[in-house]
Amino acid sequence: MTEPTSPVPLPPVPLLDVRGLQKFFPITKGFLQRVTGQVRAVDGVDFTIHEGETLGLVGESGCGKTTASRCILRAIDPTGGEIRYHTRAGDIVDLAALSPAELLPLRAEIQMIFQDPFGSLNPRMTLLDNVGEPLLVNGMGNRGERTDRVAELLRLVGLRPEFMHRFPHAFSGGQRQRIGIARALATNPRLVVADEPVSALDVSVQAQVLNLLLELQSRLKLTFLFVAHDLSVVRHISDRIAVMYVGQLVELAPTDAIFRHPRHPYTAALMRAVPVADPRVRTIDGILGGEVPSPAAPPSGCYFHPRCRHAEARCMQETPELREITPGHFARCHFAELWPERDAA
Amino acid sequence: MTSDTAVPLLSVRDLRVSFTLDDGLVRAVDGTSFDVMPGQVLGIVGESGCGKSVTMKAILQLVDRPGKITNGQIMFRRRPPGQEAGGEVVDLALLPPKGAVMREIRGAEIALIPQEPMASFSPVHTVGDQIIEAIMLHGHRWDAGRRITRAQARDITIGLFRDVGISMPEQRIDAYSWQLSGGLRQRAMIAMALSCKPRLLIADEPTTAIDVTTQAQVLALLRDLQHKYNTAIIFITHDLGVIAQMASYVVVMYLGRVMEQGPVDEIFHAPAHPYTRALLRSIPGLTGATRTALPVISGTLPHPFNRPAGCPFHPRCPDVMARCAEAVPNLEPVGPYQAASCFLHHAEASAT
Repeated sequence: MTEPTSPVPLPPVPLLDVRGLQKFFPITKGFLQRVTGQVRAVDGVDFTIHEGETLGLVGESGCGKTTASRCILRAIDPTGGEIRYHTRAGDIVDLAALSPAELLPLRAEIQMIFQDPFGSLNPRMTLLDNVGEPLLVNGMGNRGERTDRVAELLRLVGLRPEFMHRFPHAFSGGQRQRIGIARALATNPRLVVADEPVSALDVSVQAQVLNLLLELQSRLKLTFLFVAHDLSVVRHISDRIAVMYVGQLVELAPTDAIFRHPRHPYTAALMRAVPVADPRVRTIDGILGGEVPSPAAPPSGCYFHPRCRHAEARCMQETPELREITPGHFARCHFAELWPERDAA
Repeated sequence: MTSDTAVPLLSVRDLRVSFTLDDGLVRAVDGTSFDVMPGQVLGIVGESGCGKSVTMKAILQLVDRPGKITNGQIMFRRRPPGQEAGGEVVDLALLPPKGAVMREIRGAEIALIPQEPMASFSPVHTVGDQIIEAIMLHGHRWDAGRRITRAQARDITIGLFRDVGISMPEQRIDAYSWQLSGGLRQRAMIAMALSCKPRLLIADEPTTAIDVTTQAQVLALLRDLQHKYNTAIIFITHDLGVIAQMASYVVVMYLGRVMEQGPVDEIFHAPAHPYTRALLRSIPGLTGATRTALPVISGTLPHPFNRPAGCPFHPRCPDVMARCAEAVPNLEPVGPYQAASCFLHHAEASAT
């Protein structure tokens, strides 16, 4: 008998609730390392990731997207805020407040896929040891069980199990990224943080890896936080997209809505900057001038106002809040309701 | 005298570059031919290992040992001193890499914008000094043989900085490369490449290391400068979007050979080679369905020691035929300005 399906779509179940996440890095000076300022790399970020969805996190370099994702993994300790995680056991824990010992049992549930397929695998370890290492550190299975699991994982990502006794150097970039994915999946995680997983790959290999990620997600009911700068890739894989600028979220919405009706001028500018693979469509004109301000000394008011074509006096003084413009569509702009019609004018 | 636009500025014919390694011979470039017209933006697109960067190194005679140009011609029309048009044609493939003629051409007549502006500027000299040095080294050649003084070279550099959109050029000229942001550094690199008014500019993945908004700024700048100076540009990239936006003519390479070449509109809207078609299908766009499987090119790139016989693409080709494994198809015309090396478009056996 098949499982009864609900006649109406079930409401999304939150897996991770990020509230007011902050990460500051001190700026030190002199021999005594006196703290003279703070780089506010992530400054009050709120978002929720639902079970089984892909949340895309985009922004330019230095916007804090990688720092935010590393805070969620507790690879670095956040300065403030909460990271409420719904565990497999059904509890809600604040990852930001847990001690390293309390985190240990949860490590297996949240895993990461890295950007550089050449730097992220140990060249002196075989695939068996590279892919099986998360099982070893999490104390899962004996050697025989680990070997079986690695064979299963390699098959899952489209590699031959016989490869497990080879070393990473024998594989191409795309194959290595598959190995990295197999390792991330070793502990049967629920949430996978992927930081630029395809940006180092060739066009044709990129398509293969994106297809693999989509397939694995539906097969294993995975939840992805997909951090990337390439908007066409993020659009392809994400259910919802969050845009960051100078440590803050400026827009968060379902993929279709954000591309059809961007409610923040920065999002619209990012989209216009993508070179479209069609010579009949002229993009990269009417481009965004200026540079990203330093998170150590952000501008007054709206952080985007010095580069915004539509900035008014109010934008220089008043800091806009992230507001819900239409259901599920959040934007941090005083004039969010007027977009994108205003942009076309 | 012939018209300046009808004669190619650079003409590459059957270029072959191979690397003799302990484990065997790698034929990185295996019979590549294309032309660059004066003032044209030529895009060369291909995935890693297709030989696009080695081709450019061969043009500049910068192929590292054990690499060697084993065959072919690289005909380049030199700029006569003090003139803009005409000039004698030399075969760069025959010139000694460290000889006086090649050193005159390199930087002055053919300039390079490298991929990594951070690694390309010396960190111990100011960016201004490095550009001034280039101008003083090459500048006299087109100014009727007159030497350029350091003060003049500095003024030229400040003018160039203004041209490439660097604000406060008088201060920035004395900055070190590590004091500049990624975008400014790439602008300074472009200023350096343009400093000797080259006829040909080779841009090797000039925007892959920078952000999308900065990339758009740099691409728009290159487009403006190209109109202003009418410099021919060879634009090498793996990004089909950048090619579509920048190039007027496109060369598609795979495993050291030209698969297809043609005007940008034909390449994107009427691709003739199965590889071009497959490549175009595999990129996610800003429109179209999301979260669906992208069409992929089956198989993987063969190992360099393991080149397939016949057409290099045949093991991965959806339209493969028996003869594809036996003979290498020549580049044959498939339209007025378009050519493809594929037996699908060959009437009779025309193979090498």
